[in-house]
Amino acid sequence: MPTLTIDGNEVTVENGTTVLQACEVAGIEVPRFCYHERLSIAGNCRMCLVEMEKAPKLVASCAMPAGDGMVIHTNTEKVKKAREGVMEFLLINHPLDCPICDQGGECDLQDQSMAYGIGQQRYDENRRSVREKNMGPLIKTEMTRCIHCTRCVRFAEEVAGVPDLGAINRGENTEIMTYLEHSLASEMSGNVVDLCPVGALTSKPYAFSARPWELKHTETIDVHDAVGSNIRIDVRGREVMRALPRVHEDVNEEWISDKTRHAVDGLKYRRLDQPYVRVNGELQPASWQDAFAAIAAKTSGLSGEKMAAFVGDMQDMESMYALKQLMTSLGSKNIECRQDGANLDASERASYLFNSGIAGIDEADLILLVGTNPRLEAAVLNARILENVRARGLKVASIGAEADLTYDVEHLGEDASVLAELAAGKGDIFKALQAAEKPMLIVGQGALAREDGAVILKLARDLADKAGMVSEHWNGFNVLHTAAARVGGLDLGLVAENGQNINSLLGRAEAGEIEFVYLLGADEFDVSKLKDSFVVYQGTHGDAAVSVADVILPGAAYTEKDGTYINTEGRVQKAVKANVPPGDAREDWTILRALSEVVGHVLPFDTAAELNEKLVNELHLVDVVDVKPQAAWGDFGVEGDVAAGALISPVTDFYQTNPIARASKTMAACSAEFVQVGVALEEATGTHG
Amino acid sequence: MLQDKDRIFTNLYGLQSWKLDAAKSRGDWDSTKELMAKGQDWIIDEMKASGLRGRGGAGFPTGLKWSFMPKESDGRPSYLVVNADEGEPGTCKDRDIMRHDPHKLIEGCLLAGFAMRAVAAYIYIRGEFFHEADVLEEAIEEARAAGLLGKNACGSGYDFDVYVHRGAGAYICGEETALIESLEGKKGQPRLKPPFPANVGVWGCPTTVNNVESIAVAPTILRRGAAWFSGLGRENNVGAKIFCISGHVNNPCNVEEEMGIPLKELIEKHAGGVRGGWDNLLAVIPGGSSVPLLPKSVCDSVLMDFDSLREVQSGLGTAAVIVMDKSTDIVKAIARLSAFYKHESCGQCTPCREGTGWMWRVMERLVAGNADMSEIDMLLEVTKQIEGHTICALGDAAAWPIQGLIRHFRPELERRIEEYKARAA
Repeated sequence: MPTLTIDGNEVTVENGTTVLQACEVAGIEVPRFCYHERLSIAGNCRMCLVEMEKAPKLVASCAMPAGDGMVIHTNTEKVKKAREGVMEFLLINHPLDCPICDQGGECDLQDQSMAYGIGQQRYDENRRSVREKNMGPLIKTEMTRCIHCTRCVRFAEEVAGVPDLGAINRGENTEIMTYLEHSLASEMSGNVVDLCPVGALTSKPYAFSARPWELKHTETIDVHDAVGSNIRIDVRGREVMRALPRVHEDVNEEWISDKTRHAVDGLKYRRLDQPYVRVNGELQPASWQDAFAAIAAKTSGLSGEKMAAFVGDMQDMESMYALKQLMTSLGSKNIECRQDGANLDASERASYLFNSGIAGIDEADLILLVGTNPRLEAAVLNARILENVRARGLKVASIGAEADLTYDVEHLGEDASVLAELAAGKGDIFKALQAAEKPMLIVGQGALAREDGAVILKLARDLADKAGMVSEHWNGFNVLHTAAARVGGLDLGLVAENGQNINSLLGRAEAGEIEFVYLLGADEFDVSKLKDSFVVYQGTHGDAAVSVADVILPGAAYTEKDGTYINTEGRVQKAVKANVPPGDAREDWTILRALSEVVGHVLPFDTAAELNEKLVNELHLVDVVDVKPQAAWGDFGVEGDVAAGALISPVTDFYQTNPIARASKTMAACSAEFVQVGVALEEATGTHG
Repeated sequence: MLQDKDRIFTNLYGLQSWKLDAAKSRGDWDSTKELMAKGQDWIIDEMKASGLRGRGGAGFPTGLKWSFMPKESDGRPSYLVVNADEGEPGTCKDRDIMRHDPHKLIEGCLLAGFAMRAVAAYIYIRGEFFHEADVLEEAIEEARAAGLLGKNACGSGYDFDVYVHRGAGAYICGEETALIESLEGKKGQPRLKPPFPANVGVWGCPTTVNNVESIAVAPTILRRGAAWFSGLGRENNVGAKIFCISGHVNNPCNVEEEMGIPLKELIEKHAGGVRGGWDNLLAVIPGGSSVPLLPKSVCDSVLMDFDSLREVQSGLGTAAVIVMDKSTDIVKAIARLSAFYKHESCGQCTPCREGTGWMWRVMERLVAGNADMSEIDMLLEVTKQIEGHTICALGDAAAWPIQGLIRHFRPELERRIEEYKARAA
């Protein structure tokens, strides 16, 4: 624990701290461009120079380890001069185009030149101009503005795991670019826009659309995957302009995936903004009263046995709870949240949580992935694995279809039988899991959403048990979900009774045994099986299920309502309303409450507060916000034989996993650029279609 | 003046063969085994006592540098890296050592590597030295075949090998940490220090980077004794060293001389004097392009060693003496150096990347006088904004020649500006 003197104040800091960090501890601001606490140290901007006694030259504080007895000065004339000098060098070739630069108002260069610059200019030569680079559909480049801090280069390599960016040429001809001008092929690429301290890399979809001071910020939660990334939604008027990450060390650190960031334009397109009722096979605009009446006409007298409800992947706890109450009051127990047919049981909480916690990855020394592609299912979580592979030599092995996860993976096989072998205590990896201090087993929906999913779950459980992965202080058994609503749905017990799942319910609907189906934002299944049923679709977008809906009730998307979500770890987080739903659309629980009156079973809450009180009464854990829970270990899964066939991740197109993303033009462009590579080129012949 | 008996590089001009037999007849590889038998500590102490200062430019005491290497391995091997990326304009001493006397270097590698407990030496040779690299590789092969290198080198019981790695043509790769990066196969950009190479060097292992000449003189020093070497030259600037004299002299040459020889004597004795006589001298850059120039008035009396040249605000550098007579357009000469540094800046850190281009552009205008009088001071200030603020010394090296020019030739700059103004009016 070195103690050093900074500007006359003594501070004691942790071992391994840099002088710059020590200055921050002492409450002294040191300007910087290239330094970023989550990236490796480059020390190239030279803005953070400080004076260190006994050193012949100024030292770069970001790179200098704090040592005992160091005497640092940050406010001397020499330091001031050095900062002015560096500032001047950075500005001589930086264009004075702040009025048309998207970074304007939130630009480090702007801010620091105000604070540390000389406020005048002496450079009379021509300025450098650099050609624009193609970095794909998300990143707009204006490379003349680049100050070569290499944050983006380091991010791409160290966090995104895609070493596509680099600096070519040397000296003042240095240019940051993707080799061969291809797009930055990462699910995390949008973060370079946040990292860029200037306007060289800006958001392409957001280009020229707003100024930071026009925006209203709302701190909320993302629902595009089950990570529950903490985000900030920026709204102008009623339009969501952009989504930015917030720091949450235990969840998303400060990164978000491109879907989280850029699918928000999907909130504007294909929205359901008024109720519809199908009349003579055609969907007709209707009033709320007419829509409710049409539902009531169907449900009245219908046995609860003949009803079912499916819950979508992006639903908040409140609407799921209200739906559960409504269906129960109608006498139906066929409420299903497992849209993908995952064989998870709601009775043991440890059986469906990411028990080690996302932050637990930081401590893990061995990870075994079973039927999951975390890069596509939870990109931010995958970045965390990569971070630890790089920093601490974390080893990763996998069972399931092979995929590029951006780090080295020991691929054990595609088949579930490999897992059975391991669970029987065979193989080197079993020994390695036994020997590891904090091993993690991550089971994905690619393993669980199969006929034999319950058997695989049992095998995984047994493996965790047998290899000693579960102890008092560490639970290495993890389920990685893909849906933001899934853990909440399971916590609410939205699982059809008697071992039924969505597939059997759909079968019964096809057979006519189920006549009434209520879809709460559920689109991710084969909707054609419902063509003979009476379908109510309550949701936000004109997506798959609308084609079979008889009544459409327009709901609110995740930015348009206050809501509670539980992420894959079981962490309860609160989303906050950032804007209002379009047209006649309403917040989901209010629709269900209003409908309950018409169908004759009034739900016992009139306000959000009352609903919340009831919800907490039924499910106490909802009241414990932002804590990673410890679920008790138990027995779960079903004994049996596994089927042949590779364990394949359910996510094939990262950019098209939910109705919002499918409505997003940006996501469509990304999908065309990164996923349907080749397809688009072949089809785009000019005479196609 | 250095006597023939004290000469280390007896085949500097390639009058004899560079082969192993000839080298042995000149005394190389003589009792190497016995030297090694005296132990690592003895070698390092002897080098420290000899007072040898690094011949690559910075003049850091060589023995001291070797002593920074870990005495006991923590599991990582140690490496010796020889900096043969001789790119400093005006310098061509290492080239002659490698092509005419490669065994001096190779024997030096073994002794130095043994002393610092290294497992191997990598000679990072400038890519343009094609022939020299061939010679070096062949000489290493000879030494290996004779049992001087490899397993049980020289019968000492110590395993040691030497490898040659060719550079790809970047001046910055002569900076020790950039050289390490390049050796690792990365883009040659200097690393931040600390950590220093002795702690984290090539492939993360303890590494010492030494100049060719520093390593090549080591065997002779060990054989003849530290006292002999430290008896040459001046206090704190001892020994002999190779001077490279180029430019406007009658006989440009490399010559081994005692440290502290007067500059005038060096030029007149060995290089045949300045073209047109000493009075025709305009200025001398005494230590390669990086150091500030000296006007004739200083050259008259200055001694050629580290401390004397520092006293006159210049430096010994690589001891590459660039002589310019009165026919020289001194501003254009320095502008050319600025162009060189702009071209060779790696672009990593701000002051050098942006500053070298700025300085060069102003210099180009100053050649014609197309500038404002205030720009001379501005230029000087820009050099100060670069100096000492960069990751490596290239920033300093780009700044110093201009500082030297303004220090000694300011009237010339002012004259050009005034004349340009007069012409324009």
